[in-house]
Amino acid sequence: MRKVQQRARRRQKTLVILALIPGALFAGFPVLWMFSNSFKSNSDIFAYPPKLFSKTFSWSAYSAIFGDSEKVRFFINSYGIAIAVTILTLLVSIPAAYTFSRFEFRFKKTLNGIIISLQGIPPITLMIPYFALIVKLHFYNTYQGLILTYMVFTLPYAIIMLTGYFNTLPRELDEAVKIDGGNAMTALWKVLVPIAIPGIVTVGIYNFMICWNEFLFALTLTKTNEMRTVPVGIQLLMGQHAYKWNEMMAMSALGCLPVLVLFLFFQRYFVGGLTSGSVKA
Amino acid sequence: MSITAIKAEKMHEPPATEVKSFMKRKHAKRSFEPLLYLSPTIILLLVLMVIPVYLVVQYSFFDNVIITQFPKFVGLRNYLTVLQDPTFQIAIKNTIWFTLGSVVAHLVLGLGFSVLLNSPSLGKFSRSIFRMIYILPWIFTVAIVAILWRMLLDPVGVLNYLLIRLGLIHVGVQWLSSPKTALIAVTVINIWAGYPFYMMSMLAGIQGISKDLYESARVDGASWWQSFFNITLPQLKPIIISMSILDIIWTSQQFAMVWMTTGGGPITSTQMIGIYTYQQAFGRYEFALASTSAVLLLLFSIFLSVIYSRLQRRRD
Repeated sequence: MRKVQQRARRRQKTLVILALIPGALFAGFPVLWMFSNSFKSNSDIFAYPPKLFSKTFSWSAYSAIFGDSEKVRFFINSYGIAIAVTILTLLVSIPAAYTFSRFEFRFKKTLNGIIISLQGIPPITLMIPYFALIVKLHFYNTYQGLILTYMVFTLPYAIIMLTGYFNTLPRELDEAVKIDGGNAMTALWKVLVPIAIPGIVTVGIYNFMICWNEFLFALTLTKTNEMRTVPVGIQLLMGQHAYKWNEMMAMSALGCLPVLVLFLFFQRYFVGGLTSGSVKA
Repeated sequence: MSITAIKAEKMHEPPATEVKSFMKRKHAKRSFEPLLYLSPTIILLLVLMVIPVYLVVQYSFFDNVIITQFPKFVGLRNYLTVLQDPTFQIAIKNTIWFTLGSVVAHLVLGLGFSVLLNSPSLGKFSRSIFRMIYILPWIFTVAIVAILWRMLLDPVGVLNYLLIRLGLIHVGVQWLSSPKTALIAVTVINIWAGYPFYMMSMLAGIQGISKDLYESARVDGASWWQSFFNITLPQLKPIIISMSILDIIWTSQQFAMVWMTTGGGPITSTQMIGIYTYQQAFGRYEFALASTSAVLLLLFSIFLSVIYSRLQRRRD
């Protein structure tokens, strides 16, 4: 009897795995193909029949990327902007979220509603006025222009998520600081922020990803190649060296590296953050 | 979020015995304090959200904005021009098909994959391996998604090779550069890039369903399909609805992926509202017409956002 049950269970497991394989191929094959092509010579990429693992394995596409200062610059720009936006967003959103969580004031509900609804504005709608504004502010083709623009997209949801997080922390903590004579900011930065690190890390990762993935504003608000970010740089490569597929694949592999690493290390935070806020990075 | 906010508010009500003058002083200080902490946020969002939205709406009622110093007020003329533009009409039609195809496929794949991944007969190790693989497309930047699929779908690329070997086609298809297949191809790319987000939300939703429900269904002799249709689906309904609305909002605004794979072409076969807006602005310098189409997209998003927040409120 038990044997029959066990066999049925095993058969069910095999069936589930068989059902999962086509989906896994659909999801994973393009990724595998990207990595495998980044190690091929360019002529091997469209070899007939195509091979997943070529005999001519080499890092030459990667060294070509690292040897080209223009391409390295794309990465420096992307990392720099994403890190700057992440830090600035946290500095602005932490006090804001704290205020929403701990204070009562007039227009609180209205302001909160505005911040939530700002998330629904399509970036493409903002593209034209931004272009005009950024040119007028003399921020066209500068880091400041991109950093300011990106903060508009990271800030609303950072405030929403952090407010939710602060709401889960007991108020007695900051009350205790006030009894000891500290003000609200002492309570926030000395007591609450250290406890809220998991929430802050999640928000920080999302900030980074939003910036790292952004394409539209990096395209419309910059002009020269030394200001371009990785997504725009990849698009430029597509136009200029349409046949250097191995270099483009190497650049793509390097381009998804930070998110992949963040994902592997903070997987738990990712899934939790995804379901609590509706963030699509 | 709002529930916890309300609970927290109630917890913090001051006891009625507190001295009145003390409360007054505290209140005066408090009304100034929040404003101070919020001022960077308010200034940033005012300058970079509220003013731009005001500007884009204003632009849509003027002629020759941005490129001339003194644009002329033209009332609703831009709206008539855009709505009567055959290219815009094609863009709307393509956007609808693209969005519909993507959202339905996201839903089906997201639901199917999450149910499979949650299957009790799957071991812990194989579950986490498969989950990792299934999430992979989500970590890719849109530029990389575009370039990767351009390589896969190349006329002499690997997909065509596999299809020829399987005997499904005889010669390589130009998936992205033939008007017949381009819209389908970009929709498939968008399906690939977008389903993991659904899947993860559904996975969390399924894990939140009480095991007792399934247990009692099994005791009553319900089949797997019966408990799927009578327990899983109804329990997931709120997540399914809100995810679908969000997805419609996001997909209908899609620009970057289509721009980098087909650029809206060949001819107008993958023309969409996002592409149309961009081309009017930076291709033809018709910033007023671009603003008009951007405002129309904004109105559509607002409409869906209102539905979304109504549903959210009902859920709370």
